[in-house]
Amino acid sequence: MPISGSEIVKMLPGRKPCKDCGFPTCFAFAMKLATGGATVDKCPYLSPEVKAKLEDLLAPAIKLVTIGTGDNKVQVGNEEVIYRHEKTYVHPPGIAILISDKESDAKVDEKIKKVKELQFPWVGLTLKAELLALHYESGDKNKFLALVNKASASNLGMILISQDLDTLFAARDLCADKKPLLYPITKENIDQAIPKIKEKPTPVGVRGASIEELIPLTMKLKEVGVDDAILDPGSKNLIDAIRDQTFIRRAALKQGFRPLGYPTIAFPCFMAKDGLKEALTASAFINKFAALIVLSDFDQYTLLPLLVQRLNIYTDPRFPMAVEEKYYEIGTPDENAPVLITSNWALTYFIVSSAIEATKVPSYLCVKDAEGLGVLTGWAAGKFTGDQVGAMVKKSGIENKVKNKKIVIPGRVARIKGELEDALPGWEVVIGPREAAGIGAFLPDYVKTLKK
Amino acid sequence: MEYKAPKEAYKGNVREVTIGKGDKALKIGGENILPLHFFDEGTLPNPPRFVLEVLDMEPTEKTPHLLEPFGDAISDPIKWAKKCEGFGVDAICLTLISTDPAEKDAPAEGAAQLVKRMLGELKKPLIVYGSGDDKKDAEVLPKVAQVCAGENLLIGPVQKENYEVVGKAILDNGHVAIAQSPLDINLLKELNVKLCKFLPPERVVIDPLSSALGYGIEYSFSLIERVKQIGVITKDSMTMMPIIANLGDECWKTKQAKENKTQGLLWEGMTALSLYLAGANILVLRHPETLKLIKDTIGR
Repeated sequence: MPISGSEIVKMLPGRKPCKDCGFPTCFAFAMKLATGGATVDKCPYLSPEVKAKLEDLLAPAIKLVTIGTGDNKVQVGNEEVIYRHEKTYVHPPGIAILISDKESDAKVDEKIKKVKELQFPWVGLTLKAELLALHYESGDKNKFLALVNKASASNLGMILISQDLDTLFAARDLCADKKPLLYPITKENIDQAIPKIKEKPTPVGVRGASIEELIPLTMKLKEVGVDDAILDPGSKNLIDAIRDQTFIRRAALKQGFRPLGYPTIAFPCFMAKDGLKEALTASAFINKFAALIVLSDFDQYTLLPLLVQRLNIYTDPRFPMAVEEKYYEIGTPDENAPVLITSNWALTYFIVSSAIEATKVPSYLCVKDAEGLGVLTGWAAGKFTGDQVGAMVKKSGIENKVKNKKIVIPGRVARIKGELEDALPGWEVVIGPREAAGIGAFLPDYVKTLKK
Repeated sequence: MEYKAPKEAYKGNVREVTIGKGDKALKIGGENILPLHFFDEGTLPNPPRFVLEVLDMEPTEKTPHLLEPFGDAISDPIKWAKKCEGFGVDAICLTLISTDPAEKDAPAEGAAQLVKRMLGELKKPLIVYGSGDDKKDAEVLPKVAQVCAGENLLIGPVQKENYEVVGKAILDNGHVAIAQSPLDINLLKELNVKLCKFLPPERVVIDPLSSALGYGIEYSFSLIERVKQIGVITKDSMTMMPIIANLGDECWKTKQAKENKTQGLLWEGMTALSLYLAGANILVLRHPETLKLIKDTIGR
């Protein structure tokens, strides 16, 4: 529930244009404050109480929380909408693998290695999981601390899970500088935990048996200045989880209810027994607002779909995803390989390159920057004309790669053939299939005509 | 600070559409809440329906882990469909892919006769998709509608290019239309407006086109979510139809689904569950294990 400029201005001193904040009037300053274009401290005449109140009102409805440090840190929160189409989701959920101190050394090593090494190239990005969730189960404190030391050496972000507070804080002391998430803080242990948390502040995971139980806990933490919290409403199954996640998100955004204005954590690892069901449960949490998702385990085949889904749901619907303008090698093309061209909307590129790959014909695929539009809309918008495509082909350097100066254009823009031939002297322009689905039937025969 | 659970109540109702007849009748839609929002004010009389798709010819794409559950039945559409009935489906979807000019360009009459024979053999209601070639569908789908007159089939895709002839045949022969438009809310509403000039809106189901995970699912997800919300929350008559997500084939076309069984099941499963959570009322899948997996995961 963002506060408006006209509400803010009532709280400002209203001195006749002092301009000390750098704006001509209090009203102009208030409008900037409301949209995040200025900070409260620019006004030197606010009482500490008003300043604190304004800062609180202007803070994001959902707190931004950072787990881990450096390149491996995971930032969650700051979300502004309930539904993706209202604007966009901002911070993709961190994905964690659960490691128990009861697991063998070999298993522990394997899991750490998975988080570090299972990386997937996807439309110019690298997709990967990022967090280790370390679970104290053995009853042997030293064993858990050894696990924490080992995990800490990986420099990955960590979630420390221990019902026993002494062990939890002993583990924290080993890696406080890495900003791990401490979990769980509950109504039973919060009073003992608070002084310890304040010694070396790190984010804390607050667990309640319900949403209602979380509220006094986050209020208590906030009172003592602990504001980096993650919420676990203790949902037992997916249906309850959707209710809890939805209520928390609505309370934060629509009611402006600060005690629930924090990111959430979900534990598919404790909700599903079977690996596939667990992955599907995790996928529901990607759609339904979780900011941290803990899995018992994964392999390349269960992790990739989740990472792709996270990428898809967290892309900004206001801007089409685009790939870089250049020629791409599909397979290992040689000087007799076919050259094709398409536009740089990520989806277009992806579908066309997959269709080419499926034919197993090594090829060059030129991608023309059409500002993230598809081929036909790109052409209609004047971003995929013969002249522009010709200029791109010249600039790309593909000419030096192939002997056959022939380029295949999408059938839907057959009309650019003449213009493109004028722009590319010495090249022959071939009209390809109208749809990427036609590439399978087209390319294998076409490549035979090139080998002659 | 007092917490009051942020329950919501809406004024719109998705229309309840019935497909099939007699013992086979199946109700779809009818809800005035968002997907799985049992905590809000309102009801969900008919949960989303799960459907398996069969093709009217042996698939040219032979992904072993996709075809394995059906054994030899894949060479006979009726056997294939009956096999699907054993996997806990609410309906069967028959796609007349052989009529596609780019496939076998099979004639309308034979396709319609197959639909009729299949109807006689099945205990579950039938959804019939043409090849998607709007010109050919304008011949094939009216023929199907006539040959199966009175059976209350769910027939599509009805597109802006052929809605008059296909929609008329659906109306005259007592069926329900799948109105399909390419991933755009304005085109979708425009087609519904045109169709509903002569077809009662209770005879229309929306197909906004379903893209697979990694291949545009975000467009389908947000579009379905929006259509559902505009219908339920703001009571826009032209989006208050149930939504069909025909996603199985799109998923199994992907390299990732073909490459490995686990990955394939999750590719289809995550696509389906996402579109379920967005607001689909009918989910058309290809793999029976995906169907079981989603039902088990939701747990209802």
